[in-house]
Amino acid sequence: MKVSLFITCLSDAIYPKVGEAMVRLLAAHGIQLDFPPVQTCCGQPSYNSGYWDETRTAARTILKAFQSSDFVVSPSGSCTYMIHHYPELFKDEPEYLALAHELESKTYEFTQFLVKVLGITDIGAAFPYKVTYHPSCHGSRLLGIKDEPIALLNHVQGLELVPLPFAEDCCGFGGTFAVKMADISGAMVTEKVDHIKETEAEVLVGLDMACLMNIAGNLRHRGEQVRVMHLAELLYEGVSVR
Amino acid sequence: MNPASSTRGTVKERADIALNDDFLRNAVRFTTDRLRSGKKVASTEHGNWEEWRERGRQIRLHTIAHLDYYLNLFVENARSNGVHVHFADNAVEATDIVMTIARQKEAQSVIKSKSMVSEEVHINQALELSGIEAIESDLGEYIIQLAGEGPSHIVIPAIHKNRYQIAELLSEDAGETLEPDTTILAGYVRRKLRQKFLEADIGMTGCNFAIAETGSMVLFENEGNARMVTTVPKTQITLMGMERIVPSWADLEVMATLLPRSATGQRLTMYMSGITGPKRTVDADGPEEMHIIIVDNGRSQQLGDPEFQELLNCIRCGACLNVCPVYRQIGGHSYGGTYSGPIGAVLTPALNKNVAEWDDIASASSLCGACYEACPVKIPLHDMLVSLRRRKVERGHGDKLEALGMRGFATLMANSKRFALAMRLGKIAQKPFVHNSGIHLKLGPLKGWNTYRVAPTLANHSFRDQWKELSAETAAQPKTIDPAVRQRMEQVLADRQHNKSTSRTGGESHE
Repeated sequence: MKVSLFITCLSDAIYPKVGEAMVRLLAAHGIQLDFPPVQTCCGQPSYNSGYWDETRTAARTILKAFQSSDFVVSPSGSCTYMIHHYPELFKDEPEYLALAHELESKTYEFTQFLVKVLGITDIGAAFPYKVTYHPSCHGSRLLGIKDEPIALLNHVQGLELVPLPFAEDCCGFGGTFAVKMADISGAMVTEKVDHIKETEAEVLVGLDMACLMNIAGNLRHRGEQVRVMHLAELLYEGVSVR
Repeated sequence: MNPASSTRGTVKERADIALNDDFLRNAVRFTTDRLRSGKKVASTEHGNWEEWRERGRQIRLHTIAHLDYYLNLFVENARSNGVHVHFADNAVEATDIVMTIARQKEAQSVIKSKSMVSEEVHINQALELSGIEAIESDLGEYIIQLAGEGPSHIVIPAIHKNRYQIAELLSEDAGETLEPDTTILAGYVRRKLRQKFLEADIGMTGCNFAIAETGSMVLFENEGNARMVTTVPKTQITLMGMERIVPSWADLEVMATLLPRSATGQRLTMYMSGITGPKRTVDADGPEEMHIIIVDNGRSQQLGDPEFQELLNCIRCGACLNVCPVYRQIGGHSYGGTYSGPIGAVLTPALNKNVAEWDDIASASSLCGACYEACPVKIPLHDMLVSLRRRKVERGHGDKLEALGMRGFATLMANSKRFALAMRLGKIAQKPFVHNSGIHLKLGPLKGWNTYRVAPTLANHSFRDQWKELSAETAAQPKTIDPAVRQRMEQVLADRQHNKSTSRTGGESHE
């Protein structure tokens, strides 16, 4: 069975440690990930801005990259959800439309794959810190990933999970929105970080590096010491230190 | 038009005013928090919320798909109940019809209950230009009328004002100082309006739902003012959006379950009035003459448009505003139209078909989907916002610089070798700007971002650059897969294969 990593352009370029954590965690469970190098970006930045021709150009690299995969796993709920728009994008291109439907049915966000497909909730990690969790919008609302990360976190030894007030509110990233509507986005991330501070958590964990990049950027701007991690990184660190 | 609800400027400029108004932001947060937690409690307590939500959606989809049929049925039944029914294609026609009736009645004053359609067609301004007094009797509407503003929320029009600001407005109206105490303030308005109700020649209402099977109209409210408006004055004029129809009273039960819970978290509003025609001889009260003006004003343009027809399913509960993280920061006037929040961001451009305005409002969303999740009839507003952005681009109204950027993005992402090279070049290019492994530069596209954040840097080695080593390392010490895990994976593959073949047969059987 071929399980392929859809790294996402952001993790590839800025957060490769997230990909490394996924590869090592899954390898420890006997799943050797494959990485098709022709993949680039899912096309979400141009899709959300209304440039669909440009989106198709990027999306074709993803469709080609994973043609022969049985499972595709990604560290982002948002980029995973973007795949669900492919059938609509390629409705007039039959050969790509077939690939789009197939890719949609076999692509999973990281915790979905661990919990729903593999049936793993206890990865054998220990992480003795106070942690709060930000559920990213696209993963939690549009893909319905709500219980999976909580199940994984609840099985981590020593981890104290503290609820984040207004957790379901968007962090203000929204892709080009953060640049185009910088002040509105800035107000949103400022409020998100206010709530994170209220929890007094040492670590903020999430499932989407774009949102975490946004939040981490504001934390750093304000000189806050909260550590920001993708859940894959947290679990991998929790397994490694044992 | 007043400055606060003006459509002038860009959403960014209007939002800047709101972002610098702490009174406004605190007031909006305070009330939306109360409304959304009320909704959460009410929908949980209901027990079968998701099923009712789906039922509500189906009723709205069905009604809008057959709108011509149900509108006809409604009009026939309303007319046989003795109602004068009028059609208005646009705002001007709607106000003309109202003015004609007002002149016939030699009306000097009109008392109104809350109606978003009347705000949409700017009926108060038209009446006042002709020297006819128009008084809002909903407390929130009365407040914004005094302030000379438009509503900043679909359900709570004065949501952006706190009680001290309201006390100031009402004190000025009263000519005496009123304490900022809600009982005192509401008491003042009640006394003042009582007189206005008795003097009014015409009562004007909106319409929450119109029941096709009996030609009735239904109003939901909490203050009892709409009931007064529909019982005291001799003439009643109801402005109704053409999509307000539901087929039957049985369908209304579903709407009556969804609307108050979604709007305010109430199981039912304090008053729900069903009105079927003017006063009959056996009735104790009610208007002698009743008019219903069915307003199109851009609504029919959504019919047959696969991306926007569902907009007509909206029941105006305001739930999408209460959960919207953008509305929370900028309030309603920033949207620049009668309708605000996510529904307004889509409805305003769609009703106006104003391509030039499209990108402006539709861009003020992070596409988080909270609106869709909150919507009692599941309107996919987040997708509609993307559709608006796309239509703008397709019609050549996109931002030139952005279009150039997107072409560059596509060129880069068309080929992984180009992308890999760009990452390597980027690492070199970023060097002069990196400080403590972050980028603090406030220039160009980084200006907005770095005003609130520190930007991350490109990694020293991208994931793809590390892949060969990483995969060799993990492959060197292979672990065996748990048979139970393997079995689960095989089952998923088998299920997927099964779904694929059944959907294929399903498709063929239709042909």
